[in-house]
Amino acid sequence: MNIFAPVGRAFFTLLAQIGRLTMFLVEVVSSCFRPPIYWYHIGQQMMRIGYFSLPVVGLTAFFTGGALALQIYLGGNRYGAEAIVPQIVVLGITRELGPVIAGLMVAGRVAAAIAAEIGTMRVTEQIDALTTLATNPIKYLVVPRLIAAVVTMPILVAIGDSIGVMGGYIVSTQSLGFSSGIYLKNTLDFMKNEDVISGLYKAAAFGFIIALMGCYNGFNSKGGAQGVGAATTNAVVTASILILAANYFLTSILFAK
Amino acid sequence: MTTPKIELRGVKKRFGPKVVLDGIDLVINPGESLVVIGGSGTGKSVTIKCVLGILRPDEGKIFVDGEEVTHINGRARDKVLRKFGMLFQGAALFDSLTVWENVAFGLIQGRGMGRRQARDIAVEKLAKVGLGSEVINLSPSELSGGMQKRVGLARAIAADPDIIFFDEPTTGLDPIMADIINDLIVDTVKDVGATTLSITHDMASARKIADRIAMLYKGKIIWHGPVSEIDNSGNPYVDQFIHGRAEGPIKMEVRG
Ligand SMILES: Nc1ncnc2c1ncn2[C@@H]1O[C@H](COP(=O)(O)OP(=O)(O)O)[C@@H](O)[C@H]1O
Ligand SMILES: [Mg+2]
Repeated sequence: MNIFAPVGRAFFTLLAQIGRLTMFLVEVVSSCFRPPIYWYHIGQQMMRIGYFSLPVVGLTAFFTGGALALQIYLGGNRYGAEAIVPQIVVLGITRELGPVIAGLMVAGRVAAAIAAEIGTMRVTEQIDALTTLATNPIKYLVVPRLIAAVVTMPILVAIGDSIGVMGGYIVSTQSLGFSSGIYLKNTLDFMKNEDVISGLYKAAAFGFIIALMGCYNGFNSKGGAQGVGAATTNAVVTASILILAANYFLTSILFAK
Repeated sequence: MTTPKIELRGVKKRFGPKVVLDGIDLVINPGESLVVIGGSGTGKSVTIKCVLGILRPDEGKIFVDGEEVTHINGRARDKVLRKFGMLFQGAALFDSLTVWENVAFGLIQGRGMGRRQARDIAVEKLAKVGLGSEVINLSPSELSGGMQKRVGLARAIAADPDIIFFDEPTTGLDPIMADIINDLIVDTVKDVGATTLSITHDMASARKIADRIAMLYKGKIIWHGPVSEIDNSGNPYVDQFIHGRAEGPIKMEVRG
């Protein structure tokens, strides 16, 4: 048994995948700048990707902020540093947890939905039908989803940030004995624009990853229902991994000083 | 000699190691109705998709109205595609749109026609395939298979194309509905005067709509001739296929 053969094959499969994804990416990005632009579809997708993700993002942000406040309080207690809760909550939420948690939640919701929808269109030949009706499927299907995701993710994260900070505030004031005025003052004094904005940059990048992986996996699905199922799973898994990896690199770039 | 409407010369297509088309030569003359027959998985759909540019052949040349279209893209491709209408095997209706929006899609998106005018044309084409105004606002998923095929047919003829492709128009329909679709195809084609290429493994359908029949086997056209000669082709492969016999020179690859 030669163990190098399967390893080599897996390596070349990976390279081929990266090559195909790159080609897809180039085609998609160049299509963003060439007419026609389907404004109506962009609006429709902004509703589906952004607006309908609000409850999920809001709820997860709220509980994350609450849990964060509890942990910092309990951890800080050991050093008599429990007063630092508002500062750490706002920093942690805006810089890291807000965008990452929203990114992962939207990846689960939206990347899956996009991959399932486009994958179904692929296996039922609807994408071929678009081509024969002289409509470019990349421009018609992919570009609106990509633009909508890149535009709405920062808005979602900004809202999620506020709700997350509020979660920390409610837990701190209701069960940890913080006074409302001091908590808010410490939060606002400590919060810097850069922290929030860096998180919104991340959000836009995550939106791009989510739409791209949903569309790419959907476009390349084959076979019947099973192929679409596999595409959906792949879309969520690859989007989530890429979000976490991109988050690390973006953190190291945005906060390199 | 007239220029053929469509001509394929030595078209080859493989997927990985699997050779699907191994040098297809085919000529379709203006106004003619050619039917390509062949078993499942022999590459009939791949042939059509190569002509439409959905798939790119590895070798060979494809001409439409004498113009080579093998490798064109973008606007040039769109211009050629405007000559075509296509009925897909599963109808391939857009399930996010209503019936009339499906039929009008090529007019609105592909040609920039206004919605009101496109809708009128869609209603008219739907009437041609026997569908009344009660279906126009339904979603495709609310229709039966036969009705979906009709909507697909209406969509294919909506822009009065020169050339219409039919991919297994009767597969999955009961024999009566299949015959109705065959009649509709013959009528609508006569109506718009189009050249057609149909692929099927349904011999009843082939006999009804074909002027000429070609048989695809192992990536090549192994026989072609007028529909009247199909029963006396002298070709054992054709004989086996049209009589649907398990015994004969055609070996079914059980694993496709
Ligand atoms: N996009 C594709 N990728 C890989 N293989 C394909 C693709 N399209 C078709 N094939 C293969 O090509 C062969 C012929 O397919 P097709 O033309 O759809 O057959 P049919 O004659 O039934 O229409 C099949 O074995 C199919 O698996
Ligand atoms: Mg087929």
